[in-house]
Amino acid sequence: MSKRPQLTPRERMAIPRAKMPEQDPAARATNFREVPLGLTPEQAMREAERCLNCRKRPCVAGCPVGVQIPEFIALVAEGRFVEAARLIKETNVLPAITGRVCPQEVQCEGNCTLFKKYGGVSIGALERFVADYEREHGLVEIPPKAEPTGKKVAIIGSGPSGLTVAGDLIKLGHEVVVFEALHEPGGVLVYGIPEFRLPKDIVRAEVDYLVRQGVKFEMNAVVGMTYTMDELFDELGFDAVYIGVGAGLPRFMGIPGEDLNGVYSANEYLTRSNLLKAYLFPDYDCPLPPAKKVCVVGGGNVAMDAARTARRLGADVTIVYRRAREQLPARAEEVHHAEEEGIHFQLLSNPVRIIGEAGRVVGMECIRMRLGEPDESGRRRPIPIEGSNFNIDCDQVVIAIGSAANPLLTKTLKTVKLNKWGYIEVDKNNRTSDPRIWAGGDIVTGAATVISAMGAGRIAARSIHAYLMGLPQPGEEGAEGEQ
Amino acid sequence: MAGRIIENEEVVPNVRRLVLEAPQIARRARPGQFIIVIPDEVGERVPFSLADWDADAGTITAFYLEAGVSTLKLSRMQPGESVHALVGPLGRPTVIKKYGTVLVGGGCYGLGAMYPLVRAFKEAGNRVVALMEGRTSYVIYNEEKVREVADEVIICTADGSRGIRGHVKEAFEALSEEGRKFDYAHFVGCTYMMMISSKATEPYGIPTVVSLNALMVDGTGMCGCCRVLVGGETRFACVDGPDFDGHKVDWDQVFSRLAAYVPQENLAYQYLKCREAGSVRASPVREEVRP
Ligand SMILES: Cc1cc2nc3c(=O)[nH]c(=O)nc-3n(C[C@H](O)[C@H](O)[C@H](O)COP(=O)(O)OP(=O)(O)OC[C@H]3O[C@@H](n4cnc5c(N)ncnc54)[C@H](O)[C@@H]3O)c2cc1C
Ligand code: SF4
Repeated sequence: MSKRPQLTPRERMAIPRAKMPEQDPAARATNFREVPLGLTPEQAMREAERCLNCRKRPCVAGCPVGVQIPEFIALVAEGRFVEAARLIKETNVLPAITGRVCPQEVQCEGNCTLFKKYGGVSIGALERFVADYEREHGLVEIPPKAEPTGKKVAIIGSGPSGLTVAGDLIKLGHEVVVFEALHEPGGVLVYGIPEFRLPKDIVRAEVDYLVRQGVKFEMNAVVGMTYTMDELFDELGFDAVYIGVGAGLPRFMGIPGEDLNGVYSANEYLTRSNLLKAYLFPDYDCPLPPAKKVCVVGGGNVAMDAARTARRLGADVTIVYRRAREQLPARAEEVHHAEEEGIHFQLLSNPVRIIGEAGRVVGMECIRMRLGEPDESGRRRPIPIEGSNFNIDCDQVVIAIGSAANPLLTKTLKTVKLNKWGYIEVDKNNRTSDPRIWAGGDIVTGAATVISAMGAGRIAARSIHAYLMGLPQPGEEGAEGEQ
Repeated sequence: MAGRIIENEEVVPNVRRLVLEAPQIARRARPGQFIIVIPDEVGERVPFSLADWDADAGTITAFYLEAGVSTLKLSRMQPGESVHALVGPLGRPTVIKKYGTVLVGGGCYGLGAMYPLVRAFKEAGNRVVALMEGRTSYVIYNEEKVREVADEVIICTADGSRGIRGHVKEAFEALSEEGRKFDYAHFVGCTYMMMISSKATEPYGIPTVVSLNALMVDGTGMCGCCRVLVGGETRFACVDGPDFDGHKVDWDQVFSRLAAYVPQENLAYQYLKCREAGSVRASPVREEVRP
């Protein structure tokens, strides 16, 4: 990689951070097309020149799966985009997706040497660029496949975690079947994250890629209902199972008025819009009635997605969050986009009651909060200020305060240990208390991120492979690829 | 292939029997469970109670009323065609126990859905009295099937054209006045029938279960659309139900939530009809944003 033009660090730092072209805020607030439009090849190469190729590779340390960041960026700088994409895929199989949805500012980019003073290298944008380039130019190649091993693995759930395991194990010659409860594969990537942030064509392309490699998908199969775990092993002949069912149980606040019409869990609101395309109603049958004023409760990505969806459906939208701006857990870019689109933020406020008339929402009563001492998580605890109650008029409320473990499958498992919140307990190889069953993603960690769900899938896949082939488990003596 | 239509026949005006190929669902189905169907690729997810299944033939049966855009679409599908998606069995199975004398009351689609309940209660050693209600005599269907498994079938019609005049509630009251005793009651069908029937059994202290038909999206507990208030607690009909204690259900809330989308349902229905008549096309704006 010595062909890189020799710029001095000072020259590199002088290059302004690339600004990705975006749809105009006013225009995009009325459509569901993707907001950031992607870098041009020239922009990407120039942005790549900003990388100082630090010896300590702080960015790599910030990435949950250890993408070879400076190395792929060097390839981008030389215009070798497809090679860059393939290098990323050695550690991260879904770069077109993570490039769009990773919270880069607290991971790779946040760790970048340039972050504080100049803005980190736009690692996410570059990742997205090379992955899009490879896909859009039809240059995605089917990787070579190992000899069939005759082993069968069932994967439950087709979210990013399950897809990663499928991709890793199919290459190693195992037979892989993914069971998915919904009618479209992708998990949160299709039912949760909206089109304007992650076009569904991209998810479909990733799934197609797995199908072309021989992964079988069985949709509309709810394991625990349609199939039992015992049946997978005893009747269908699977040798190992990976559970990647996510954390699909909506949390409600437990305040009066939550059962009124017009109150949605974010899961319902987003599933209607994304998976069932309610934004195209009545061309699509699933309704999501337009509202004049929508309150979204919560401050994470889910809340931003719900708010921006409501905005696009024509509503005036307020996000109600109990902490301050700095504590908003959403990706910085999402908060910024939400603000640009005219979404109001009612910070340091918490709902106490949803007000109804004739069974429908007409408003929400909130109380103001102040920040007290930090709690165990290190975040300052919000404390209600007595007597500060106020009302917000609204005709819809979307509750996006997080999710919990969905017990539909786990309650049917006799041999898999759960923790006290109902999440699955695993060892460092993501193996459960049943030696034939692995688990990862949100059903282990609680609601987390796409990349951490993928990271868990990668770890589990290695361990599953070792188990199927009678090799020592990763981490044990004599294991392959011991680092 | 799962989802292929074997039969889709009108059994009485506006009610159809739908038989689908679904070997895996047929193997797993238990009384009281339901399926979710998406008629076509732009359709929504609609729950239907299972009315029968045959594990050997690999088929399942449901009855439906043509009531909205999804069921209108379904009603037009022909044997050999497949629905876009079919998932099940969902929901907790009905708790089947030996109670003694069991009353199973059904109406609307419940005339179909009551059959597996009657059968299961009978097999558990109960004496089962089946109450089948209809507006008028010729809308009663599934009677022969229910007769095969019930100890006694009592028909009631709102217009008195056959059997007892009135609904399940009135029939229950008439039987009780005669001194008949029931140890358990189960109602399935339209919400109004389930509500007034539950209210009728309450003074007699008869344990009463209803199979609610809440609106649903995923049917796996992921969205909470189907939440109902039972004994002051929020429950999800899809995973905690669909069966609930009929004396503890907050009926006002059930009605209110069922009506949440009535204007949209009407709009969708009209829109489909207009599109078929060629008077509207998908709007250009929508075409443009379609992914
Ligand atoms: C609206 C929203 C926005 C988000 N935004 C971001 C973001 O910007 N960046 C980021 O990094 N993370 C984001 N997240 C979090 C991220 O999406 C999740 O952490 C990640 O998807 C978890 O992946 P997973 O594979 O564990 O599970 P999921 O993606 O939840 O997939 C689980 C799949 O399993 C299926 N399933 C469940 N039960 C069964 C069963 N019994 N049988 C068969 N299938 C079953 C489900 O239907 C689902 O398809 C967001 C989440 C949401 C909801
Ligand atoms: S996967 Fe995410 S954290 Fe890792 S380099 Fe890519 S964008 Fe950064």
